[in-house]
Amino acid sequence: MSLILVESVEKKYEDKVVLNKINLEINQGEIFGLLGPSGAGKTTMIRLLTGQISATAGKITVFDKEVGKLNGTEKKQFGIMMDQFGLYERLSCYDNLKLFADIYGIKKEQIIQTLRAVGLEKAVKTPAMNLSKGMRHRLQLARVFMTNPKILFLDEPTSGLDPATSEEIHRLLLHKKEMGYLIFLTTHNMGEAEKLCDHIALLNEGKIVEYGQPQEICRKYNHQKKIRIRLKNGEELEYENSRDSAAKIEQLFQEQSIETIHSTEPNLETVFMERTGRRFE
Amino acid sequence: MNNMKAIFCKQAKDTMKNKAVLIQFLMFPVISIIMNQTIKVDNLPEGYFIRMFAVMYIGMAPIIAMSSIIAEEREKNTLRVLLMSNVKPGEYLLGTGTYVWIMCMLGAICMGIVGGYRGTDLMNFLILMAVGFIISILLGASIGGFCKNQMVANSMMVPAMLILAFVPMMATFNTTIEKYGQILYSQQIQLFISHINDGKMEMKNYVITGINMVIVLITFVVAYRKNGLDE
Ligand SMILES: Nc1ncnc2c1ncn2[C@@H]1O[C@H](COP(=O)(O)OP(=O)(O)OP(=O)(O)O)[C@@H](O)[C@H]1O
Ligand SMILES: [Mg+2]
Repeated sequence: MSLILVESVEKKYEDKVVLNKINLEINQGEIFGLLGPSGAGKTTMIRLLTGQISATAGKITVFDKEVGKLNGTEKKQFGIMMDQFGLYERLSCYDNLKLFADIYGIKKEQIIQTLRAVGLEKAVKTPAMNLSKGMRHRLQLARVFMTNPKILFLDEPTSGLDPATSEEIHRLLLHKKEMGYLIFLTTHNMGEAEKLCDHIALLNEGKIVEYGQPQEICRKYNHQKKIRIRLKNGEELEYENSRDSAAKIEQLFQEQSIETIHSTEPNLETVFMERTGRRFE
Repeated sequence: MNNMKAIFCKQAKDTMKNKAVLIQFLMFPVISIIMNQTIKVDNLPEGYFIRMFAVMYIGMAPIIAMSSIIAEEREKNTLRVLLMSNVKPGEYLLGTGTYVWIMCMLGAICMGIVGGYRGTDLMNFLILMAVGFIISILLGASIGGFCKNQMVANSMMVPAMLILAFVPMMATFNTTIEKYGQILYSQQIQLFISHINDGKMEMKNYVITGINMVIVLITFVVAYRKNGLDE
């Protein structure tokens, strides 16, 4: 079932076209990644999907309803995390969540449980202003997770975090996905998208330049099909991925001189380069 | 109701750690009580300082508290999260306003008792304070509604506060100021308070206070029509 349907959506600020003829369909239980360089329009897309701003043209349907017509209770099914959503700096992690637990009618035990799930159990009483960047991120995620939303909108959930923290957040997201939630995330990080997302869209200057499953997109752009071999003596060799190379490679195997062997598949980064002629970050 | 209670509790916890707002609730009751108990000048009527500071309290504390709380929530984008969580602007304003009102009323009760009011006089004093606080809360909320951040809110609330708090005080020394200051609800409330014992108030005083309330209400509606709580 498609939970989010975006049909020829356009967003303009005065004369500047920020999003151009966007079409998307996202299903329940999937992680969808919107990738693009800074200024591509990722945050704008989240704001449109969550009804914080309205589109200049086109139609956005969420939960089978036009997004502008969703009522408050339906919007409570969204969990939104974006930089623009602040924390109460003087309040502790616990009290920051307590407010939303009261609003959503969530039991107290679940506050502590959520803080534990995101690894903030030692910071229960720490005021938000004393948290590190990674901890703030986790508190923002906790706020989203605690309310058990049907759709999670996460704007760059791991940007600026160390690899270990990112890894933990990835685990949490995959867990949510298993439970059948839809996660819409944006990221600069191609590796993250390849690892987490069922479908991705590459966004460049407000246009979707590529859409599909990450592996499939990479395969589609795999025109070079080369095999790269590094020998034990340090020499690097490159062969066509074809029948002609088989004999030569076999010989190297016989001589036992191979250190490593790789096929040169493109990753999302090189796909983006090829599609736009532009580096990602 | 549930949301309003949640906002109220959040505000109570937050203000405990926010000295700038907390001091507004404490400063006037504490200063007036200290002065009332320590300064004994001949011919000074009983509770003179209490009456003087009661009006300043009305003109300052609720305005500063409301406008800075709302402006901060807008600046830090916490209000946006609340509104996305289906908290209605009315629930937010009622929750915050009720909190500010109760804090101010606690101060007013202390001032009234120390100022020597008892029985119906105390009751009347508290009713007057309550009305004054409500008008000031609406005014503070309007300022918070017009301003996108605390800097702008500060520049708007300082003049409002100076006029409302100091004109009634200066009016007791200067007849010209007294004449023009009459149009302010804070000065009207000062008059009401000084006539609590003799009940010598005219229709005019009620009308002016009423007009003040209507003006503030309109300002409030315009502020939230125009900007909403969130842009
Ligand atoms: N309120 C606004 N008024 C005018 N232009 C805007 C507004 N909001 C966004 N834009 C423009 O829209 C474009 C896309 O912005 P957006 O924030 O969606 O990018 P992004 O992909 O999220 O970038 P980043 O990765 O840096 O967060 C930018 O050029 C930005 O200047
Ligand atoms: Mg962004």
